[in-house]
Amino acid sequence: MTGAHPIGLTIRSGSKIYPGTQALKNVDFDLRMGAVNVLVGENGAGKSTLMKVIAGVERLNAGTITLDGKPVVFADRTEAARHGVGIVFQELNLFPNLTVAENIFVGHEKTVGGVHIDRSAQRAVAAALMKRLEQDIDPDMPLGNLRIGQQQIVEIAKALAEDARILILDEPTSALSAAEVEVLFRVIGDLKRQGVGIVYISHRLEELIRIGDYITVLRDGVITGARSMEGVDVPWIVANMIGSASKEFPKTEHHALGDEIFRVEDVSLPSPAGGYVVDHMSLSVRSGEIVGLYGLMGAGRSELLECIMAQHPASTGRLFIAGKRVTEGSVSGRIRRGLALIPEDRKRDGLVQIMSIRENLTLSSLGDFTRIFHLSLKAEAAKAAEFVKRMAIKIASLEHPVSSLSGGNQQKVVIGKALMTRPRILLMDEPSRGIDIGAKAEIFRTMRKLAADGLGILFVTSDLEEVLALSDRILVMANGRLTGDFPAGAAAAEVISAATPNLNKVKSS
Amino acid sequence: MSSPVIAQAGKVADPSSQTSLLLLLLKMRTFVALILVFAFFAVAAPNFLTGANMLIISKHVALNALLAIGMTFVIVSGGIDLSVGSIVGLCAMVAGWLVLYGIDLQIGWSLQLNTLEICLIVAVVGILIGLINGLLITKLNVAPFIATLGTLYVARGAALLFSDGRTFPNLAGNPEYGSDTFKLIGSGTLLGFPLSVWIMVVVAITAAYLATRTPLGRHIYAVGGNERGAALSGVNVDRIKIFVYMFSGFCAALVGLIISSQLQASHPATGETFELNAIAAAVLGGTSMSGGRGRIGGTIVGAFVIGILADGLIMMGVSSFWQTVIKGLVIIAAVVVDQVQQKLQARVVLQSQA
Repeated sequence: MTGAHPIGLTIRSGSKIYPGTQALKNVDFDLRMGAVNVLVGENGAGKSTLMKVIAGVERLNAGTITLDGKPVVFADRTEAARHGVGIVFQELNLFPNLTVAENIFVGHEKTVGGVHIDRSAQRAVAAALMKRLEQDIDPDMPLGNLRIGQQQIVEIAKALAEDARILILDEPTSALSAAEVEVLFRVIGDLKRQGVGIVYISHRLEELIRIGDYITVLRDGVITGARSMEGVDVPWIVANMIGSASKEFPKTEHHALGDEIFRVEDVSLPSPAGGYVVDHMSLSVRSGEIVGLYGLMGAGRSELLECIMAQHPASTGRLFIAGKRVTEGSVSGRIRRGLALIPEDRKRDGLVQIMSIRENLTLSSLGDFTRIFHLSLKAEAAKAAEFVKRMAIKIASLEHPVSSLSGGNQQKVVIGKALMTRPRILLMDEPSRGIDIGAKAEIFRTMRKLAADGLGILFVTSDLEEVLALSDRILVMANGRLTGDFPAGAAAAEVISAATPNLNKVKSS
Repeated sequence: MSSPVIAQAGKVADPSSQTSLLLLLLKMRTFVALILVFAFFAVAAPNFLTGANMLIISKHVALNALLAIGMTFVIVSGGIDLSVGSIVGLCAMVAGWLVLYGIDLQIGWSLQLNTLEICLIVAVVGILIGLINGLLITKLNVAPFIATLGTLYVARGAALLFSDGRTFPNLAGNPEYGSDTFKLIGSGTLLGFPLSVWIMVVVAITAAYLATRTPLGRHIYAVGGNERGAALSGVNVDRIKIFVYMFSGFCAALVGLIISSQLQASHPATGETFELNAIAAAVLGGTSMSGGRGRIGGTIVGAFVIGILADGLIMMGVSSFWQTVIKGLVIIAAVVVDQVQQKLQARVVLQSQA
């Protein structure tokens, strides 16, 4: 097997450190040519970081990369591309205002004499690529007019146009239909035969098992398993992804659950492409209960929380807090009723980066320090200091900009801000994303403590281990619908299969 | 807000005390610039330091400072208000009309107003145009630059329509109607200072209080710093934005009143390009065009730098063409220095945490 698939690129003792967190720890990775190298791990395990290193987007802090036996250092994306490394990013990197052909050639336009763009040549190549991908997409169509799935196809075509020898696909199928996935797999088969080394990242285990030749499992920046795909099954992958019983989760303190504090009835959010992003969801949370909402990317979990927090005027449905209907349509109204949201994207939604730690902590509860219209800075600072102590946020001064903190401490500021509004229900969207293990453990302990104090917590996560260890009850969402409801201590395999109801479809087709 | 940062940095490491001194100088740069400009003209321009000249300069500065205060809130909230100059013109014309003719009731009678009533109506006109700006930007999703560019033209056109482009002369008012006090707005003094300067001081203090000691002020900074984040924290973003444009319109209305009273005449071209001077004062005072950062005190100092520079150069006999060039260079220099300060400050904060 090794003979058939020569090693094209290797990483030895690769480490990558971000402020506040180590994304890769002494990673050894071999990329085999003419084969599909699948990479699997939970969110934040370091998969995307590893691929960004190979594609030249990020640089290792320590360790070496060897390509065809020669050590290389990719200074940037362009240099990696010159060495034949192509990548399809998880987030679409496309321009909705440009046409399909222009998108495919952006950055390496086909030109006459270096100035004049050869439109017809670009169009011809783009059309050929679309044919190869079995898509009926006009190269002159503005990209913004395409469905998300088609846009992802264009993103893949863009990588193919570079004639890459190494092609990295980071979650390429997250927005594709089953038929489009089949096409992609056929193209991958072609590329394999041409000797292209493919790295394939996905959360969909059934896909990995189907098309992978070699598998590498990452957990918390460490490689926990690497072997050829023969004999690999779902339990093996899950065991390596999750590892043995983890110490970072606090033991469930058994306390009596209270009455139902929060109920969601029939919440729907229509999708612009037709159908529903959130499809008539109903659920309830009891006081003192931690409910974990698990699902794959795009299952509609974050959107559900956003609907609850009045972010989608088009959404429908009913909310009840302690049995009373929530009629407030504004965020501040819902905060007053006792709802609080910890958003998924701290930087974009959670914090005002240029404001100080104090100002961020108190932003939602300024009314508490205000008499008529006068804001008492003294009362505000005292309250902020109290929460810094309570949340154990590590800071040098309350007046430093919040952007100077590490990810974990920033997250504590976001949680502190939410708690300052004295919520009865805490909605947490991926509360542990992008923070290191120590801070994670602290945040989990805080969640436990809050639940013991009688708060109802509904948290969204893509981390299987997290949902299994933390939840008093596990709900699973897929395609906007509730597909599973498990008590604490449910089996990982059952939860995964509830999250991937399309599994059978892919297999049978 | 910033002094603890410096103190911290100084304590932590000796080598950085030099950095922190530099940072302090950079932070006070507008003030330093003010002192330098002032000292320069005190030496170079004859009669610059006389009391009469100081009063003239402060009267000039007061107008720009008033507009710049309103502009600071708008820019801090992440927007821009290009319409203030036109609002000044329209409000001046409305004031002139009311002083001269009162309100024609279309039945052969007209309603004559006293000075206070005129001021209130003019203020309402300014606030209403601000409200239109705010509604266009929040409810109809028009970019602030475009929305206020539109009202810039509309308000200027309306000002011209008022008089068919002519000037309303002799706004002396009529003691019978109680409008003869109108001219005092521009010419009156209190404790030796012109009323317009007092108006500016009152508005500035109110605005500074609003910015630092009320939830409304905090919300303006939050909206400018991260609109989505502010909305998810329960800030009513639309209401905040509408407020800042209304406040800016109010400031412009005050300026329109003061100018028409000072001249005792209203000309429809009053206030042309005033918006640019207001933006310049705000930027010179450290307001970030990307929103979230800026202080009223800084803006006032910025307005003084621009005002002293302009009047000082005139007194020295420098051609107005060169004045324009110098003003532009000063603004660019201010922003460049601002960038340097931001970088340095971020470094100092990181050092103090290490």
